[in-house]
Amino acid sequence: MADETLKELGALIEAKQSDVVVGWEVAFGELNVTVRPEALPAFVEFLKTDRGCRFSTLVDVTAVDYPEREERFDVVYHFLSMYQNHRIRVKAAVDEGDMVPSIVAVYPAANWFEREIFDMFGIIFKGHPDLRRILTDYGFRGHPLRKDFPTTGFTEVRYDEVEKRVVYEPVSLVQEYRQFDFMSPWEGAEYLLPGDEKADGGKA
Amino acid sequence: MMDGSKGFQDAETGEQQIRNFNINFGPQHPAAHGVLRLVLELDGEIVERCDPHIGLLHRGTEKLMESRTYLQNLPYFDRLDYVGTMNQEHAWCLVIEKLCKVEVPRRAQLIRVLYCEIGRILNHLLNVTTQAMDVGALTPPLWGFEEREKLMIFYERACGARLHAAYFRPGGVHQDLPPQLLDDIETWCGEFPAVLDDIDGLLTENRVFKQRNVDIGVVTEEEILEWGYSGVMVRGSGLAWDLRRAQPYECYDEFDFQIPVGKNGDCYDRYLVRMAEMRESVKIMLQAIEKLRAPDAQGDVMARGKLSPPKRGDMKTSMEALIHHFKLYTEGFHVPEGEAYAAVEAPKGEFGVYLVSDGTNKPYRAKLRAPGYLHLQSMDHVASGHQLADVAAIIGTMDIVFGEVDR
Repeated sequence: MADETLKELGALIEAKQSDVVVGWEVAFGELNVTVRPEALPAFVEFLKTDRGCRFSTLVDVTAVDYPEREERFDVVYHFLSMYQNHRIRVKAAVDEGDMVPSIVAVYPAANWFEREIFDMFGIIFKGHPDLRRILTDYGFRGHPLRKDFPTTGFTEVRYDEVEKRVVYEPVSLVQEYRQFDFMSPWEGAEYLLPGDEKADGGKA
Repeated sequence: MMDGSKGFQDAETGEQQIRNFNINFGPQHPAAHGVLRLVLELDGEIVERCDPHIGLLHRGTEKLMESRTYLQNLPYFDRLDYVGTMNQEHAWCLVIEKLCKVEVPRRAQLIRVLYCEIGRILNHLLNVTTQAMDVGALTPPLWGFEEREKLMIFYERACGARLHAAYFRPGGVHQDLPPQLLDDIETWCGEFPAVLDDIDGLLTENRVFKQRNVDIGVVTEEEILEWGYSGVMVRGSGLAWDLRRAQPYECYDEFDFQIPVGKNGDCYDRYLVRMAEMRESVKIMLQAIEKLRAPDAQGDVMARGKLSPPKRGDMKTSMEALIHHFKLYTEGFHVPEGEAYAAVEAPKGEFGVYLVSDGTNKPYRAKLRAPGYLHLQSMDHVASGHQLADVAAIIGTMDIVFGEVDR
């Protein structure tokens, strides 16, 4: 899709929804629009019904975790218009305790996506009809796709021959989880290699 | 109490004791196509409510990807939809190439198209025939799997693996195809339509097959948009929406093929669409082979540069090539900061990857958008009001594979 058309679309959306849109840009041939989270359902309704947009299909909803940011999560929506043949990405930044209004009423397809985000990131969607965990185990604790959740998890399961059932136990690793650091020292590694402190005559 | 006999007073009170029945469909059910657990609320034999419990095959792919390099992540894509594997690798390669702004050589593009279409036939053969098995036919899977076997041998001859190929790489494909393989694929393309005719003759006008599929699971245009359908679920209802045509990637715009569409949007039309799509795929494959033999398609199959390994010969003679090889397979390549979404028309629908890169050698976040996830989500909507036996037909026609739904 030509960048010019996307820029026109971005300008159009900003003009019509100026109180909601925080910013927009065209990058890598894709249109990104950032909005305020509380206005999401109305904005999404606009995207769906406006004649110039007609974003008929919800492609994907997901979230990204930036733990160091003030507003920790980005909730990211992808829409597609099968009629105008264009795509858009809508982002909204939310903090850990914030509730995001659900868009299930506008796009029923958002149902499982919002459940998945709740499961994986712990973001709560206000007005969702059935906000249960979806992909993780029954009775699972924690939100795996948060950056502070270890890849190995906290519990592991095995079948216990004595008790004749599956038991949950804390993870015990025979070998440390292998996480190699391949960053080249000359490409901006921010740590001191052992011995480097002597380079400045022992002052550093 | 189950049959309402205990405490039975008279006809009227007995009637009042009839209640809805809840059953578990799966997780171990041959028609569940893997590990699906459906909690069905039945009124007699009519499905009142259907609550799919998924995640029994959840492996945390997206989490695992965050701690591996871009190249190490590629094989995870084979393990999503393990029926049409290369189509998903394709999406991963496309999103990386988009961020790195890499141009793929023409020969690699043609090989990708050729193998994506093989993947499509692999998938549709499995889906059409096992859906037929779900509704009571035993022979089609046996015939279909024979052809799948031949196609998997083509996979094996290109990359050494029958299913988990890891053949498409960012920047191209791993290795070139030998000329003999192209000849053999061409021969197969000549023979396959006859096999398709056989399966066609077995199913299309079959009375039982039609009784089980016609007017079952009807999907309208409005429902398509509401539930975010893609692929055959859309085309079965008459919308000619195909990413290969609408938003062409690779070199699909050069190819001459039709987009089959259905009329009624029921299971039977989707079956017909899949059959017709296989014939179109054969056409694309023949064109791709033709183009691969043309003089302008000779040459390298990898965009040589940061993304791809050096040639073996260079490694023996050049120190830089050796260092590059070592760094590529340990540290991996770095993808510029930014975010992108790339989608392909996978056999099941739109398979997309949303990649957030922070400029390091590992993805900051990768979201896999599987078509089956949205299809299965609408199960409650589509199956409600149908008979219990139709649930199997509907799961079959939605083309659900748990590798990609659960991720």
